[in-house]
Amino acid sequence: MAQGKAGWEPLSRRGFIKTGLLAGGLATAVFESGRLGQASDEQAQALFCPVPQPDDPPGHEGLGVVGEVDHARNGFDPTALLTDWDYGTVSVLPNGQTLREYNIVAVDKEIEIAPGVFFPAWTYNGRIPGPSLRCVEGDRIRITFSNGSSHPHTIHFHGIHAASMDGVPGVGDGMIEPGDRTVYEFDAYPFGCHLYHCHSLPLKRHIHKGLYGAFIIDPDPEKYQGQDRVAARSRNHTFPENADVHEMVMVMNGFDTNFDNENEVYAVNTVAFEFMKHPIEIRSDQLQRLYLINITEFDPINSIHIHANFFDYYDHGTTLQPTLRTVDTVMQCQAQRGILEFSFAGFEPGKYMFHAHQSEFAELGWMGFFQVRG
Amino acid sequence: MQPQIKPPKSEVRLMGRPVPMWLAALVPLAALGLLLSVFVFGNPLALFRSNIPPAENLSFERIQVTQDGFRVTLVNSGPVPVTVTQVQVDQAYWGFSMTPSNTLPRLGRAKLDIHYPWVVGEPNVFRVLTSSGLTFDGLVEAAAPTPVPGLKQFLAYGLVGVYVGILPVMLGMLWYPAMRRLQHRWMGAILSLTIGLLVFLLIDTVLEGLEVAGGLPGAFQGVPLFMFSSLLAWLVLVAVGSSGRGSAADDPEKARLYLAGLIALGIGLHNLGEGLAIGAAFAVGAAALGSFLVVGFTLHNITEGIGIVAPLIPSRRDDTEAGRTAPDQASPRWTRFAGLALLAGAPAIAGAWIGGFAFSPILATIFLGLGAGAIWQVIVEVGRLLQRQGQRERTALVSWLNLVGFLAGLAIMYFTAFLVKV
Repeated sequence: MAQGKAGWEPLSRRGFIKTGLLAGGLATAVFESGRLGQASDEQAQALFCPVPQPDDPPGHEGLGVVGEVDHARNGFDPTALLTDWDYGTVSVLPNGQTLREYNIVAVDKEIEIAPGVFFPAWTYNGRIPGPSLRCVEGDRIRITFSNGSSHPHTIHFHGIHAASMDGVPGVGDGMIEPGDRTVYEFDAYPFGCHLYHCHSLPLKRHIHKGLYGAFIIDPDPEKYQGQDRVAARSRNHTFPENADVHEMVMVMNGFDTNFDNENEVYAVNTVAFEFMKHPIEIRSDQLQRLYLINITEFDPINSIHIHANFFDYYDHGTTLQPTLRTVDTVMQCQAQRGILEFSFAGFEPGKYMFHAHQSEFAELGWMGFFQVRG
Repeated sequence: MQPQIKPPKSEVRLMGRPVPMWLAALVPLAALGLLLSVFVFGNPLALFRSNIPPAENLSFERIQVTQDGFRVTLVNSGPVPVTVTQVQVDQAYWGFSMTPSNTLPRLGRAKLDIHYPWVVGEPNVFRVLTSSGLTFDGLVEAAAPTPVPGLKQFLAYGLVGVYVGILPVMLGMLWYPAMRRLQHRWMGAILSLTIGLLVFLLIDTVLEGLEVAGGLPGAFQGVPLFMFSSLLAWLVLVAVGSSGRGSAADDPEKARLYLAGLIALGIGLHNLGEGLAIGAAFAVGAAALGSFLVVGFTLHNITEGIGIVAPLIPSRRDDTEAGRTAPDQASPRWTRFAGLALLAGAPAIAGAWIGGFAFSPILATIFLGLGAGAIWQVIVEVGRLLQRQGQRERTALVSWLNLVGFLAGLAIMYFTAFLVKV
């Protein structure tokens, strides 16, 4: 699409250097003792490039975006999304299995992804990321998907299910046309930190337009022994131990606003620099559990780095013991995800930064603060 | 007494009645208004634009490097108003403020101020995001503070202009006495040499002008602007020539001075463009290399002085017609030479000032266009002189000697241009 044209450059720097080299030899030969040839770089710099004083008012300084995103107009607040779990409508099937029913609607919507910058998005339930579905392993999951968008979409879950429930074109109900609906139904396995996304083609477009969300399956403590059972009780939202943990979901995403297959904006939960402007409140006496999902399109990997602290990491969240211990950086390829556990116990209160440790992503929006309270 | 005869008067009649002239003149305008209002209010093209996003367009007109950041001048060169929402510097979102407003109307301008810790000599990439997420990019190739006007700077840029414009032209003119002592059959060769260097300058000016014009936002129609400027300069010189030739024709000396002045004017316009380029290059932070460039231009432009004084050398036939015997009697006064040198060289000073302090691609396009048109007419005039000379001396216009002179002119310019071209 429209790429801006750079302003006309009268003489390129490279041209200037070449010119200088060529002319330099001749000039030094001809004007060896000439005044012009003798002036030092500093003198020339001072003469031709005096330092001007800025006459503009201070403010608007430094890294970041200018202005505020109107979350009310977007219909969601990235901070609220951190802890906004959708447990579904819960009932018990005749065989004793827990049934969770969800409704997901695909909607076209303009989302303000950075102050003043509007992205023509495709969303699940009008938000990016879509609802954070949460259940327990072994639950029966029934998702009614209605397509209210102008394009055919699907929902493809990362999990274990029948081929007909896979939500890919040409299999089962395949692509769901605008105005149509379908039901995806399966048992929730394996426990872990998963995701779902649209699998319509072209896939790249359907993902980066905003059709994705978290799909968290809590472990069932009854199935595990010893330390694993303790861990599973802490992870399972139906157990009181879980209430002691501050749990958050962060979906690392990006937006290609000019459709050149490169992202102009990076973020967690969609809005650039949101957690720089509004740090995440952290109590130092609480264990922190972060469900981290990478759905960034166009870039091979994304990452997180937490300042001044280290965490344990559970790749895909499918184990009850960490797959990485005591790290402060972890990277994920697209659709890779994991659980981070860390604590600020005993830390001095203050603002602790976290961000992608690809500096480019960080400075294009994917950075934030934990505001640690005593 | 003769009967009064009414002058025949053309009358506009509507259904047999005369219509006042002013009313008749208004009819097409009223019809135009009606048709336009159909378009504006009826919007018959709505069909075409139902789903097409507006084609926003922004151009970076100028990027100034300040002590603690940048000042960017943006122009909305698209068909719809554009709102600037965020700014990236070197792939990072950065704070900014805009005056007069973040929203630019069509062809509107705005200044964007960014506080940024730039590094001397390193490039900076700018990306402006609009409300629709479109991006427009600008570039500072090597950061260095943009000069601001001040007496010292004014003098420094003036000195550059003197070295690039006036001094080489004067140095070239110093060959005049030597040229006068040349045998007359060499005169054609020297005029041919002048044509050669003018042809080089014409091509150089046209290419430079088209390049600048091509970089202008589409709405300004850079290439037509360049061409119209050329046409203007050419036609003005033709008009000046036809009005001045009558008096000059009696006096060959006057005619020669007139031609020398014309050449000086054409070269002056070209040097204005050169000054613009140099001033702008200094302004983007190439001061340290600038002295070599200045020396290069000095060498390159020396030939221009030769070209200007070449027609001042009287031919033998002129002298005998004017009743003179020795060729060294008709030397113009030194003030004439000084005037010619100023005419050809001083524009380089003005160019350096404009380029350094207030560079504008639109102005550059116009000046380069004027230069191209002027140089063309100068080539024509020198060609005529050469032709007359040939007729008098009974030699061919394109003799071997003249051809060698022409090629030598081209070659000198071509090879000295190595000093100042990419």
